[in-house]
Amino acid sequence: MNLTSEFYHALIVCISAIFTQNILLTYFLGLCPFIGSSREIKSAIGLGAAVIFVMTCTCALNWLVYHYVLVPFHLEFFRFIMFIIVIAAFVQFVEMAIDRLSPSLYQRLGVFLPLITVNCAILGAALFMVIRDYGFIVTVGYGLGSGTGWFMAIVLMANIRSRLHNDAIPKGLQGAGITLIIVGIMALAFIGFTGVLAGR
Amino acid sequence: MIVTLLISVLIISAIAAALALLLVIAEYFFANYGQCTLTINKEKNVTVEGGSSLLSALASQKIFIPSACGGKGTCGLCKVKVLDGAGPLLPTEEPYLSQEEIKTSFRLSCQVKVRKDLKIEIPEELFNIKQYNCKCEEIRDLIHDIKLFRFRLVEPSDIKYIPGQFMQLLAPAYEKSKEDVYRAYSIASDPADKSIIDFIIRLVPGGICTTYCFNYLKVGDEAKMNGPYGQFRLTDTDAEMIWIAGGSGIAPFVSMLYHMKNTGSRRKTTFYFGANKTKELFLLDEMKQFEQELPNFKFVPVVYKPDENEKWNGETGLVTEAAARNNKNLADTEGCLCGSPGLINASIKVLKELGMKEEKIFYDKFA
Repeated sequence: MNLTSEFYHALIVCISAIFTQNILLTYFLGLCPFIGSSREIKSAIGLGAAVIFVMTCTCALNWLVYHYVLVPFHLEFFRFIMFIIVIAAFVQFVEMAIDRLSPSLYQRLGVFLPLITVNCAILGAALFMVIRDYGFIVTVGYGLGSGTGWFMAIVLMANIRSRLHNDAIPKGLQGAGITLIIVGIMALAFIGFTGVLAGR
Repeated sequence: MIVTLLISVLIISAIAAALALLLVIAEYFFANYGQCTLTINKEKNVTVEGGSSLLSALASQKIFIPSACGGKGTCGLCKVKVLDGAGPLLPTEEPYLSQEEIKTSFRLSCQVKVRKDLKIEIPEELFNIKQYNCKCEEIRDLIHDIKLFRFRLVEPSDIKYIPGQFMQLLAPAYEKSKEDVYRAYSIASDPADKSIIDFIIRLVPGGICTTYCFNYLKVGDEAKMNGPYGQFRLTDTDAEMIWIAGGSGIAPFVSMLYHMKNTGSRRKTTFYFGANKTKELFLLDEMKQFEQELPNFKFVPVVYKPDENEKWNGETGLVTEAAARNNKNLADTEGCLCGSPGLINASIKVLKELGMKEEKIFYDKFA
């Protein structure tokens, strides 16, 4: 496959990861921080931006580790542990780096970065890229798209929830309950995108 | 098979070690802020190692900012004015600061990280706060769940505090708690006796520090505390006062009474003290003594529901009801309250209904 078609493929995969195969609304990964942090638009944007950044970088890193370390030694079965270690170390590293280099960015992302280590969407994206046998450029596109899809989902949810503040919600459904129902409806709505792109 | 196992273990360990090494190196480069200078109240300069929180940096210089949660950002007590160098306000601080405080650049010192030179302002009296090593000298049962603990100060051997202030007592790690915990207790001793600190403590079921005091602390044991903290105190006026307390909330008033006795105060003071049963009243002899020594002090115990077969001819019902029964117009009276949030909120409501001005109501609310 030449470079141009590789980039084209990456673009398709990226857009499909945002809309038709949204990691949150189709695969329901990363649901825990999604419900926890979607109360305010401001923190949703912060967390979402951190996810985009970390997901793109760790997908690329994990692709390199997988193809240049695990595959040559026939250790593919170790990818779960390996990916988690890489993600955790990367998040730690980035946190330290931006704390020092850009305090203002750290203020915006800082609280959310450590949270992301345990976000299963990050690990999920890395595992999907292996299952689907993506190349490096496509993997970067996929990471970017998955992150953007997650970002979009949480910002949409935060907007919806901020509108729910003044509504009378039955007591048992307040908080996580109503949020899960809304995610379900959002997921149904996103099924409408299926078929727009046959992205794989 | 064995080769695969060995290789996999080796590879994984090697990568993990490489990543750990990378992090250690990164930490060395990134987290090394060098020496930073803190300018306190424009005059005093101290040099601290950068990278830690302002609260712990100050503590390393023996300047103790009050903090009930130990720097976790949950109590909101460690407010300090940071004039320069703190960076933007963090989302973790916002809930604990009022608009007014944000404008006048107050910050939570446990959340502000020392990255460069800082200019801060600390109330003078906080310099008075020290860490004290002391010895538990006496443990006296007052009622079934309230005890009086007397500590003799060893190093430093004397303390200066304003009656109404509190100390933070250290409960060292023990079976029920894995880490050192500080908890705040009002001082209940005579301020003239500078080497003694009394606490009146109620056993809180499941409480880390109270359980430590009740079940582990023995007479003769060493203990650590720091302080004094707090703004709860008597005013300098001669205005009539109403005090309301329940349970261990009596503590700051005991200290205040000693102080009034020492200074020969003639302020008109009525102390409403609430209990559920007559057997939950305590320090009655001491209160009688104070009534004899202070010409205008009156102690009014209020029992919520005395047992039918016992003789109780004092006040009954809620302590707030008793205060309302005996007072008509409190426009010129000051109120001092100490106890649970429920008691304080109810008392403020009643006192305001009786005409007391809000700015004349002072209280110490148990967190």
